[in-house]
Amino acid sequence: MIFVIARQEFKTMFLSPLAWVILAVLQTLLGYMFLAQLDNFYLLQPQLLQLKNTPGVTDIVIAPLFQISAIILLMIMPLITMRSIAEEKRNRSLSLLISSPLTMTDIVLGKFFGLFFFVMVLVSLLMAMPLSLYLGTSLDFGKLFSIYLSMLLLLGSFAAIGLYLSSLTENQTIAAVATFGALLMLWMIDWLGDTIGDGQTVVAYLSLLRHHQNLLQGVFDTSDIAYYLLLIITFLVLTVRQLDRERLL
Amino acid sequence: MESTALIKVENLSRFYQNHRAINHLSFTLEAGEVLGFLGPNGAGKSTTMQIITGNLAPSEGQVSINGFDILESPRDAKQQIGYLPEHPPVYRDASVDEYLKYCAQLRRITRQGIPQAMLQAKQSCGLSEVGDRLIGNLSKGYQQRVGIAQAIIHNPPVVILDEPTVGLDPIQIREIRSLIKNLGKERSVILSTHILSEVQATCDRVQIIRQGELIYNASIEVLNRGNERSICVALKNPPTIETLQQLEHVSHVEQKDEHRYHLFFDINSPAEALVKKSVEQDWGLYELTPDQQSLEDLFIELTQHQPTETAAVVES
Repeated sequence: MIFVIARQEFKTMFLSPLAWVILAVLQTLLGYMFLAQLDNFYLLQPQLLQLKNTPGVTDIVIAPLFQISAIILLMIMPLITMRSIAEEKRNRSLSLLISSPLTMTDIVLGKFFGLFFFVMVLVSLLMAMPLSLYLGTSLDFGKLFSIYLSMLLLLGSFAAIGLYLSSLTENQTIAAVATFGALLMLWMIDWLGDTIGDGQTVVAYLSLLRHHQNLLQGVFDTSDIAYYLLLIITFLVLTVRQLDRERLL
Repeated sequence: MESTALIKVENLSRFYQNHRAINHLSFTLEAGEVLGFLGPNGAGKSTTMQIITGNLAPSEGQVSINGFDILESPRDAKQQIGYLPEHPPVYRDASVDEYLKYCAQLRRITRQGIPQAMLQAKQSCGLSEVGDRLIGNLSKGYQQRVGIAQAIIHNPPVVILDEPTVGLDPIQIREIRSLIKNLGKERSVILSTHILSEVQATCDRVQIIRQGELIYNASIEVLNRGNERSICVALKNPPTIETLQQLEHVSHVEQKDEHRYHLFFDINSPAEALVKKSVEQDWGLYELTPDQQSLEDLFIELTQHQPTETAAVVES
């Protein structure tokens, strides 16, 4: 059942031009950045050769590329998640799902995995660029996998947050703006830095950026993975509760 | 008789903040019955239907559908119902076939059963020729039919339709009504409306609610039998009332205006005798219509006696 809803969500996304446009724009922008990074790498190459323990192409080209794409996606994911529940509320089509023999959890998970399929397509397309380097050089596949996983988890968290905020309103624009604000807040929450003393470790732990950076460098720490999974689960539970509560109002 | 009740609503109440939209409502729906839910705007019709279908939670009371409680075993209960809300819950970007296939999957129809279910739903709603068109491009009437098709695709024992003919043109209304009548042959149907002729045309039983309370509940037959029937005639050269009164089958006569009279009768219509007499004695008959106002009169009589409280009921 969850899969049926997820597939429908995924299909619906591609019925409107928005998904295509987002993929095209993203691919163009990041393609250009990829090229620029590659150019940099050529310039640096002679100096790198003199170093011991040189960073490879995975560290110099690919990791920064996904650092940037994470920031760009932070701005773009709200546009993808905004419609998922808000649009159904506005069109009053949510009652189709609610009066079908499904639980709220089925509905929310279906919506989430629909978004997640899209995320997988998106990340796979981005991954294709660094993989093309394999034609000419050797790559660190361990790191590549870690980056891929990190992107999926990061965008999965974006999707869960966006889904929740989309369930709060009928207005897609409001959902998008709120999601953008929430994501940006979670991104820069550790900017407070040293001024707050002991609180800093907590604040740093909450930051999306920190965990993403660890994984990009190939440091595979369970606490980072747990952070993303907890974030996703929390917001999915909140969404289920929100939809349940609406029946009581 | 309890075993045959498909829907049992007991003591149902519903509050919106402090406003009471439904007040201790109880009723049952028997198998194979078409029940008309009648009430002025904001009487709580939609709210009741939303609660029965699990779209809203009741503040108090119980709803059981075919033996399944809507709160305790919502999945099984919802499997028994097809629901068309006030606004048909369609996806404008999908084609009729895509949409119905999705609905069939949501209602747990097996993969092999889906083509057959789609075919049947499309046939009974007259959608066979528009299968590959986008729902957003269809007229309101067709969208409404898609909404009904969605409600019956899994062959539920109960179909609940919330104002299915609102906003349709007269031809579409007639088509939807005959569709509802056909549905009623095999299933139980609850139909909400504020159009009285619709109830008279399609329902077996009528319930009138006002401000969330059930104020009338009777079968259409009882309704028709209980009220004296009458015909309205217009005569250019009317005879005296006494002459009319002496016509065969006439129980009594009321004068409406200079030329028009209401002739009341019990079982057999005096129309034939009247026409004959009119020709013989040159009364100049130019209008003869059966009065069908019984339900309307009843409705207005029942719903006009408003309590002093005039708070508008929110129907969401």
